[in-house]
Amino acid sequence: MKYVKFKVDSIQSLPGVGTTNFVEQNKSFGEGYMNEKLIREERLWDFIDGRLTQTEALAIEKLIATSTEWQNSYQELLECHKLINNTGLEAPSLRFSKNVMEEIAKYQIAKATKTYINRKVIWSIGGFFIIIILGLLIYGMSQITWSGKRSPGFLSNYDFSKFDWSQFFSSTYVNIFLMINVVLGLALLDLYLQRRKRQSKEEA
Amino acid sequence: MEGMQTGMTDTEIISRVLGGDQQGFSALLDRYQNYVFTLVLRFTNSREDAEEVSQDIFVKAYRCLADFRGDSKFSTWLYTIVRTTCITFLRKKRIETISLDDEKVFLQAEARESTLKANMVEAKSRKSMVNEAIRLLGPEDAQIITLFYNAEQSLEEIGKILGIEPNTAKIKLYRARQKLKEKMEKHFSYEVREIQSG
Repeated sequence: MKYVKFKVDSIQSLPGVGTTNFVEQNKSFGEGYMNEKLIREERLWDFIDGRLTQTEALAIEKLIATSTEWQNSYQELLECHKLINNTGLEAPSLRFSKNVMEEIAKYQIAKATKTYINRKVIWSIGGFFIIIILGLLIYGMSQITWSGKRSPGFLSNYDFSKFDWSQFFSSTYVNIFLMINVVLGLALLDLYLQRRKRQSKEEA
Repeated sequence: MEGMQTGMTDTEIISRVLGGDQQGFSALLDRYQNYVFTLVLRFTNSREDAEEVSQDIFVKAYRCLADFRGDSKFSTWLYTIVRTTCITFLRKKRIETISLDDEKVFLQAEARESTLKANMVEAKSRKSMVNEAIRLLGPEDAQIITLFYNAEQSLEEIGKILGIEPNTAKIKLYRARQKLKEKMEKHFSYEVREIQSG
């Protein structure tokens, strides 16, 4: 057991081994799984894929040349790599291209999404809400009677419990606000439906 | 893949198609049909389904071609359509594709393994052996191997496609390769030994 631990430590001390998140991310596999073979193979895959720095690659080359274990693992993984690399892509039937070309002949290219998302509409909706919020704030401020002594802590002396919130959030205001939102929603829905209708006409 | 066959780049072909040359799309089709078909096959495991889904993907790609902004490779953009279309297809077919830990997927894999055992004699070439072994993997593992090896996508590109960090893509690739190696050793031990000795 001590021997295995020593070997794992020695691999981890190789250039670059400690820098990857691999060991950390494999902790879920359990301590037993995170063994010497696992780390060795990870380093060898990096070596085969050419993802190591020159110093790291030289260190791995040295290990392959001197250790039978590293040499065997390397040969095994290299064979696997070559096999997968030579697999190639699979081809569909000969009629495939013809079928696709026949199918696309029925359609037209749709307009790019960004062209029918009208920025002006977005800005006007945003502007509308900002104006409403500002209007409410200005109205609210104008209703406050600014009397009393001004002192550094005058706000803390103000008795908010006596403040009449109902004049700002009465049911009339809420109703108006909701009504405007409903009208705005309907207008947007109308815009969307008109656009869809226009698109389907174009496609036809 | 870019620049093969016609000598034109993907961007040049796309510009021509967007300019009204519908037949120009056949150049893109020739270039990417095997790429799309292989990726779809990793999801469906049936050639008939894969052809149907691939056709659907190319039609979608054609219709949405104006949305390709050219800030990534065309193959990367195309893969997003492959993935969403395959997921929709699998949902329709009610196939569980969560992970190999899932009991149903495990049972599916077992069923595929028993079919494979019966057809083992047919796995004559190295290519078909690896393809058979890839089919035994879960769709996610099969996808990452295909993207890295067959579609020649870098780990950064795979990360971008799958919405993960390149380092996570690297670990997923490592695990997928380990699983593939195990599958090959389990089901094709004779062929593997032959390759190693030869």
